[in-house]
Amino acid sequence: MSKSTESLADKLKRLSNYDVALCYQCGKCSAGCPMSAEMPLKTHQIMRLSQKGDIQRLSEDPSIWLCLTCEICTTRCPQKAGPSKIIDALRELALIDNPSAAPKRLGAFHKAFLNQIKSNGRLYEVGLVVEYKLRSGALMDDVFEAPGMLAKGKLSLTPTKIKGIEEIKRIFEKCEEHK
Amino acid sequence: MNYGYYPGCSMHSSGREYGESMHVILGKIGVSLDEINDWACCGASSAHYVNHLLSIALPARSLALAEEQGMKQIVAPCAACFARLATAHNSLKIDDKLKRKIADDILEKPNFTNNVQVLNILEFLTELTPKLKEQITKPLNSLKVACYYGCLLLRPLENNSFDDPEIPGSMEELVKLTGAEPINWNMATECCGAGLSLSRTPSVTRLGSSIIEDAANKGADAIIVGCPMCHTNLDLRQKTMSLSRQIPIYYITELLGLAMGASPSELGIPRHYIKATPIAKLEG
Repeated sequence: MSKSTESLADKLKRLSNYDVALCYQCGKCSAGCPMSAEMPLKTHQIMRLSQKGDIQRLSEDPSIWLCLTCEICTTRCPQKAGPSKIIDALRELALIDNPSAAPKRLGAFHKAFLNQIKSNGRLYEVGLVVEYKLRSGALMDDVFEAPGMLAKGKLSLTPTKIKGIEEIKRIFEKCEEHK
Repeated sequence: MNYGYYPGCSMHSSGREYGESMHVILGKIGVSLDEINDWACCGASSAHYVNHLLSIALPARSLALAEEQGMKQIVAPCAACFARLATAHNSLKIDDKLKRKIADDILEKPNFTNNVQVLNILEFLTELTPKLKEQITKPLNSLKVACYYGCLLLRPLENNSFDDPEIPGSMEELVKLTGAEPINWNMATECCGAGLSLSRTPSVTRLGSSIIEDAANKGADAIIVGCPMCHTNLDLRQKTMSLSRQIPIYYITELLGLAMGASPSELGIPRHYIKATPIAKLEG
């Protein structure tokens, strides 16, 4: 079967190695999900929509982006249908289609985080926060925390660049290509 | 026995006292750690959020370095780093095609065999229990604590052959070494909000409040953690929560350090946000 005629379920299987067809809607995943209260589509509903191939409904909803990957759902699933892995795969698919698919703040955070790794190899927290704020517009959040963290010695002011930073850049490039 | 060490990005910044207290207790029992030379970030939540291959490749590079540097076992005290390293190790163990792709193509390290074992803080400290026990000189009697595991010390199951994911007990056993009393409570394995700390802080406030409120209701004097993200979410963010009372959050390494007679400042405890010294019921 060529990639263009793949069903959503097949795409998810290819990316995650998990089979949404196994889900029989027991709801245990949603019952344990810490973000359930904030998700318009609950975990078991995301599984059902994935079975039905309703990529439209899934992509119009913020729910998949709110998953914390706490793995309670996959741990409790009696069918080994891997809801958390399916959600990771749904996110990956959405971003292949549209690199700005994630809700603004979440997308900004992850982009800023990965940019730090690409530049330094390790997270430079000040760099992360500055880039995140510029990307998300969340300029005033946590601004009052910085002095405290500095005083407590919990904020390093200079980034550390690892020696193998070129290796890291190549890893990023190759993983981008493989998408 | 020497252990390899993967510090992770927070160990020298937001999780500083975790690293400090761990080095103090290891110093007291004569165990040394060899930091993996030139390790890079494990990718944390951000890598697996956007690109599965990247989420495996980044930690795999650190595993390959550890292997090249002759390490057999490495400890990753941050639960998220542990999860990423263990997931990479386990994914490559069961999928040879992926292993070849990562080793030959992405990392350009064709000699990588993936034989380094990854330990989380609970596994690591449990292995060291006999040595730790010998150094307990100031038991923390009458201190009641809630053991908070969070998510990644116990899940996903592929990374956990060590403790029960629903009703764990390994942290309680370590706490008992210190003389403190672990309490029964409901929120031991509920997520703190993880990486949403910056991008969706109200979620973290909500989740953290239920965790801390339950510990308070069950009579805890303190909550014990094994992850710098959990610590930040429950400690730094605690002042934004409306709670019946505030509760100090200690790293398991800090608790052990206190019971071994180390001072709070040696252990980095003054760096906490919620006042955690003097230790309740201990001093006066």
